[in-house]
Amino acid sequence: MNKTKLKRSVRRIISLYLPLLLLLIFVATPFLWALATSLKRGGDVMTGMVRYLPNPPTLENYGYVWTKNHFITYFNNSLFVAVISVLFVLLFSLLNAYALSRFEFKGKKLFMLLILATQFIPGVMIIIPQFIIFKNIGLINTPYALIITTIAGSIPFQTLLMKGFIDNVPVQVDEAAMVDGATRVRILATLIPPVILPCMVAIASFAFINSWNDFLHAFSFITDQNNFTIPVGLRYMIGEYSIDFASLSAGSLIALIPPLILFAYVQKYLISGLGSGAVKG
Amino acid sequence: MIQSGSEPGRALKAASNPSGRKSEKYFPYLLIAPTVILLGILIFYPVASVFQLSLQNFSYARLYEAGFAGLQNFQTIFGGDTLFYPALLLTAKWVFWEVFLQLVLGLAVALLLNQVFRGRGLARVLVFAPWAVSGVLTTMLWLLILNQHIGLFNYVLKDTGVLKDTVAWLGNPNTVFPAIVITELWRGLPFFAITLLAALQTIPREIYESCAVDGCSPLKKFFYITLPYLKGAIVFTTLMRSIWEFNSIDMIFTLTGGGPMRLTTTLPIYLMQTAVVEGNLGYGSALAVVIFGILLLFAALYLSLNKFGRGIDE
Repeated sequence: MNKTKLKRSVRRIISLYLPLLLLLIFVATPFLWALATSLKRGGDVMTGMVRYLPNPPTLENYGYVWTKNHFITYFNNSLFVAVISVLFVLLFSLLNAYALSRFEFKGKKLFMLLILATQFIPGVMIIIPQFIIFKNIGLINTPYALIITTIAGSIPFQTLLMKGFIDNVPVQVDEAAMVDGATRVRILATLIPPVILPCMVAIASFAFINSWNDFLHAFSFITDQNNFTIPVGLRYMIGEYSIDFASLSAGSLIALIPPLILFAYVQKYLISGLGSGAVKG
Repeated sequence: MIQSGSEPGRALKAASNPSGRKSEKYFPYLLIAPTVILLGILIFYPVASVFQLSLQNFSYARLYEAGFAGLQNFQTIFGGDTLFYPALLLTAKWVFWEVFLQLVLGLAVALLLNQVFRGRGLARVLVFAPWAVSGVLTTMLWLLILNQHIGLFNYVLKDTGVLKDTVAWLGNPNTVFPAIVITELWRGLPFFAITLLAALQTIPREIYESCAVDGCSPLKKFFYITLPYLKGAIVFTTLMRSIWEFNSIDMIFTLTGGGPMRLTTTLPIYLMQTAVVEGNLGYGSALAVVIFGILLLFAALYLSLNKFGRGIDE
């Protein structure tokens, strides 16, 4: 009796706790090391005086990055771009997904193929023509160039994701509402979104994180420091000859806060969300 | 469900919409119009201009040579360019290792996190956290670990006596490729894990239970139940991921810039260097067209495996 119990707990350690521990070490180390570095005094980092843990810990790097490095500006720029993008991505992918899920229309297959095709086009391939377009309409160096490219980049995948969800909402729901006199627009605006809330949340978080982390477009379209987003601002913190690692870590950790908070909040929707896309069967 | 409901459903639709057959006909076009316009201007028109540019001699450095070049750029790529084939090979190696490791380890992580244990929710949040971090930020976090002078990796290896001298992991030709593979693995693993975990949760419990009654071993359960159920998710994730890894640029670009000795110059990095840094738009566009062609093969594979675009009523 005791022996089997022991055997079972040994097996559990080998099959669960040990791999889990290794996994958590792999995942958490970069975060923890950045945290430790960000709390060290700048000089200590470079001389290697204080190796592992900051001694004494200091918050001066955070203060320095936030006030001296225009970080507030970058932060606000990123936030503005992300929030506006998310709203449009939600709206457009809802419209697309509803059309694809509920209607048969000429050109539907073509539309599906086109949005699928966008997934195979390398972003860097079309960055030059995009630059020329934005230059011609005067959007270079404005957040709007980033908002528009984020929307265009996010819609296809999000549409496909949302279509899976709306497919799972029985057509009878729409029909019942129409018998009660609801128009299609009304169904789209008030009936469908609450039903597919997990999907909306998942899509909003996807789109937010895409936008928050976009580097390629921000790097190519924005040259004025006042309009930098966080990734570009961080990129320029790596100097030509020296890097202030303590401030860099502090900046990186500040940049991580919004997506991580968002992520911690939505992750349960995310898993159930992605799962129910495939539940039918 | 659709079968049983379709007859009265159709009748209702007609009844509730007596005058509106026409509006129903145009409504879907109205819904997709904004997206069509946006994608048309921002993605498909640029693709067309890239094709057009690929037939041109057009470089900011040699504007006097600008003009129609026919297929010359492509001849150079496949015939005379000594940088192209190494970059292609490197990209293939990169995609293979990334997708292979992410799939195998991602599946392992998904199985691990699908077990019942205390603190599972917290573990999931932690494991998936790198997914929210991208490109430049991944670079920043890993620079701190891989750096020769202040990097954690060197500290630990030296203090435990594994290494006598510190190594510049990103500057050393022998270590730079594994270093970027592991960095990207850190960021990419959660995506596989999330998708496969989601798929795992759709497997009905009863199947496992009846299998257990029949005396299945865990290995049998895995190969006869779990894997077949996950097939769809695995195919989808693998192909999507292959394309994303093929195109991935921000992390490599900010971490190594393609070096040392071009050992991390994948095709997209080569394209970025040619077109954006050197301003050779004609040749860069030709490279882009070649990349596009390669990715179309992925697309074809995806379409044939997943039977996408067949319509909704299958």
